[in-house]
Amino acid sequence: MKKKTTYREAIRAALRQAMRDDPRVFLMGEDVGRYGGAFAVSLGLLQELGPERIRDAPLSESTFVGAGIGAALGGMRPIVEVMTINFSLLALDQIVNNAATLRHMSGGQLSVPLVVRMATGGARQMAAQHSHSLEGWYAHIPGIKVLTPATVTDAAGMILAALKEPDPVFIFEHATLYPLEGEIEERIAPVDIAKAAVCREGRDITLISYSASLLKALQAADRLAKDGIEAEVIDLRVLRPLDTATILASVTKTHRAVIVDEAWRTGSFAGEISAQITEHAFDELDAPVSRVCSAEVPMPYAVHLETAALPQADTIVTTVHGLL
Amino acid sequence: MSSASKIEPTVQGTAREHQLFLLREMLRIRRFEEKAAEVYSLGKIHGFLHLYIGEEAVAVGAMQALNANDRIVATYREHGQALARGTPANSLMAEMYGKVTGCSHGHGGSMHFFDISRRFYGGYAIVGGGLPIAVGLALADKMQHHEGIITACFFGDGAVAEGEFYESLNLAALWKLPLLFLCENNLYAMGTALARAQAQTNIALKAQAMGVPGESADGMDVLAVEEASHRAAQAVRAGNGPLFLELRTYRFRAHSMADPDLYRSKEEIAEWRTRDPITTFTARLRERGLLSDHDLANLENAVAAELAEAVQFAETSPWEPIEDLTKDVCTPEVGKL
Amino acid sequence: MAEFLMPHLGADMAAGTLRVWHKKPGDRVSRGDIIADVETDKADVEVEVFTSGILEKILIEPGTKVPVGTVLAIIRQEGEVIPEVSPRVSPEAPAAAAAVSAPAALALVHEEGRLRVSPVAKKLAQELGIDLASISPTGPGGRITREDVERAAQARKAAVPETAPAPADRAARIRQAIAAAMARSKREIPHYYLNTTVDFERALTWLNEENLKRPVDERLLYGILLVKAVALALREQPEFNAVWNEGQVILKPEINIGTAISLRQGGLIAPALLKADRKPLGELMKEFRDLVQRARSGSLRSSELSESTITVTSLGEQGVEGIFGIIYPPQVALVGFGRIEQRPWSVEGRIVSRPLITASLSADHRVSDGHRGGLFLNAIERLLQQPEKL
Repeated sequence: MKKKTTYREAIRAALRQAMRDDPRVFLMGEDVGRYGGAFAVSLGLLQELGPERIRDAPLSESTFVGAGIGAALGGMRPIVEVMTINFSLLALDQIVNNAATLRHMSGGQLSVPLVVRMATGGARQMAAQHSHSLEGWYAHIPGIKVLTPATVTDAAGMILAALKEPDPVFIFEHATLYPLEGEIEERIAPVDIAKAAVCREGRDITLISYSASLLKALQAADRLAKDGIEAEVIDLRVLRPLDTATILASVTKTHRAVIVDEAWRTGSFAGEISAQITEHAFDELDAPVSRVCSAEVPMPYAVHLETAALPQADTIVTTVHGLL
Repeated sequence: MSSASKIEPTVQGTAREHQLFLLREMLRIRRFEEKAAEVYSLGKIHGFLHLYIGEEAVAVGAMQALNANDRIVATYREHGQALARGTPANSLMAEMYGKVTGCSHGHGGSMHFFDISRRFYGGYAIVGGGLPIAVGLALADKMQHHEGIITACFFGDGAVAEGEFYESLNLAALWKLPLLFLCENNLYAMGTALARAQAQTNIALKAQAMGVPGESADGMDVLAVEEASHRAAQAVRAGNGPLFLELRTYRFRAHSMADPDLYRSKEEIAEWRTRDPITTFTARLRERGLLSDHDLANLENAVAAELAEAVQFAETSPWEPIEDLTKDVCTPEVGKL
Repeated sequence: MAEFLMPHLGADMAAGTLRVWHKKPGDRVSRGDIIADVETDKADVEVEVFTSGILEKILIEPGTKVPVGTVLAIIRQEGEVIPEVSPRVSPEAPAAAAAVSAPAALALVHEEGRLRVSPVAKKLAQELGIDLASISPTGPGGRITREDVERAAQARKAAVPETAPAPADRAARIRQAIAAAMARSKREIPHYYLNTTVDFERALTWLNEENLKRPVDERLLYGILLVKAVALALREQPEFNAVWNEGQVILKPEINIGTAISLRQGGLIAPALLKADRKPLGELMKEFRDLVQRARSGSLRSSELSESTITVTSLGEQGVEGIFGIIYPPQVALVGFGRIEQRPWSVEGRIVSRPLITASLSADHRVSDGHRGGLFLNAIERLLQQPEKL
């Protein structure tokens, strides 16, 4: 039975369900307990599930992420919440040098069944140190999975799917998506975390995106339709491992692609996708693969500057017109 | 009886058998490290090699306080701990050679020994990087109500400078975790002496400031290390929270094979060599009539034979096939790369 | 007997220099003794010997740099006799071949009939006027490569005879070149189109009067009025008298009007009337007659085909009302005229019958815009209202 909810509440429901189902699952992070979560995701869970399961951690990103790794090695199923991707930089050593490597470095003796959730992205005038989109950096690392839910169903279902994984899974929740409305089932089911989704079909051009940028791509597609251009829109859902098959099948149909990625353009994950399309579908292209990314600037505070820095539906539309 | 068998807690300090056992364990480490240096010079081992020579009493003494189901986290200078824990010398030598028969299948080398069957959780090359892992292991045991199991975390004086040191002590104390912090203070973080890196050089005091009671012991005396470790381990096992033990020791060799050791005086090294844990313990045992020349020769021969076998094993072991390059990046059951 | 080798002393060491020997031949050495100092990139390092015995022979002198593994000295056990040895390097550890992880081949379902051509090959084929469908691909996956196109071009060149070609052949080649150019033009030039209806009454009236004054073979065709009007209009709007070359507009100083002439054997050719703005109508007419005659006999000079800065085409005689033609690259505009037709026209509020002609402009939108195009057409229209000034 479906119920109306929001992205943030859906995540909360998934956390609650997971913890009720499996005593090994617990949530650890800054202000997840008494504060109710910086984005109110875990609001009320401390009261429901108690302080053993909902653990407020001190501001020690490196150590509580590392402790998450250790706890996973020791038989628990921790969900570590790093308040935002901006603070995760303090934990990068534990993530890159431990979480991602322990399996291979130990010759296959260890698995690290750790889930790490982080809020990400800009567009709320949070300025340069609170607006990063570094999912592409994480997607660069072998040994982990990177998920970017853009829908309410995915926000909830991906947590349950991630908890089944034997290796570290990083889930990036765009901060502007928390109030997004949608529906979930009373009993949440895990969703697939291997495939991208074609959320709008079209013949003229493929728009590839993820997270909050997906919504802009869909807006752009609506506007393009009025100009008689039918865009096919792909929600990547998973950046690592990337579902190249779905991307290539779409480009084979439309022969043109634009990737929309909130990261800075240089070295963006969009560049990776572009390279893959060229490598595997060279002969299917009637135009160079294009990217709409953030401007090369530390995210400014002033609203007009921030809006100009970020990818917008307008820019996507203009880029598409330039390719057709 | 092979020293690779399960380690049981023994009667502390008095039984002759036990003391000969301690000597043998230290000798195994010493000769293993010397052999490692030799084969490294021959180009059989590459990358970094950090020798434990001089510090043997710490690993051997501390290991006596740990049970089979306790968990151990160590550093890149972990050959001593791995050998004392019981991982066969064959497996460790082969790992340094990079062979598929190595304890980590040749994926880690000298700095990344893992032996999960013996709850040896590695081998970390980032100074301080193992401490949070140890915190997590202890947390897991506490949350699962595994009574009487502790996590022992070895690290050096260099780690004391890292933020993770303070974060880990704090978190362990805050959540009263069953964690035994073992600081092997050999006075140098690579080339930087402790006094040049720390305004406050009393490391145990720092631990206390973070809420973890701590004390120091002479790391060149295997019996002193053993005694201090037993007491500390008992207390942690009782569930009163973490404890900190600083073992004062010294490495006779340079930081690694690549280090020209320009930052220490020959006099200082010579002075510490007079406190060589093996030489001094041997002398004590002889003095008390517990060790004869014959006994020592037997021990050395047995150790030499073990190491010759280890080198032979490493030399003749196969390499991992290139086709398996990416096999262990992810766990196969659910996901793929 | 044991060998003392140049040791491997650090992660990236490949060779070392022996600096000092601390022992000499005949000295007893024990395992662990420091036997020499070796200089590496980083520093001088004391080196230990791993065997015990007597130092028999030193093979490398101080100051010599040798690769890791080179035998530096021989150590013998007591009582041993050593044969002559020469320095050699120990065998390398087994080298592991580099693993190339090729991306998994992904099967794609291709559209029927979609050619696989590399972008550079496509561009070259266009320039050379070669039909891609006729090329045999040799690239991976059946892709046409640049080499394939070049090969096809060579083959085509070889097929053309060396001796002076008959006029028919030459005309055929000209047609082929035009075909390639037309296809390229339509692909590459963003065309826009404008048209205007011109009241041709004054022009026709003047023409009739003028021709009465002229001998028959010097009479003017109305088309020459159109050409002159275009030429003069170009003085006012010079951006239509230009060529497009590698992303740049190059305005041309001289106005050479390409006049489209239909060939009896089919096809159209547009040789230039040079400096058309400066010549009187009579001279233009004479030149035009000459061009037509030579075009139809196949004896045009190549310069006449390449000098045009704009082309004017008129299909009035064929009864066409308006023309929206394809620009001849590298030109940036084409002016077309339809038939003269009597139609109702408003003059000072009254409906009268006038001979009207449609003037149309096809222009390159990279170079000009509708506003300018409109001005250009207006100029032509205006000039045709004062035919005596042409």
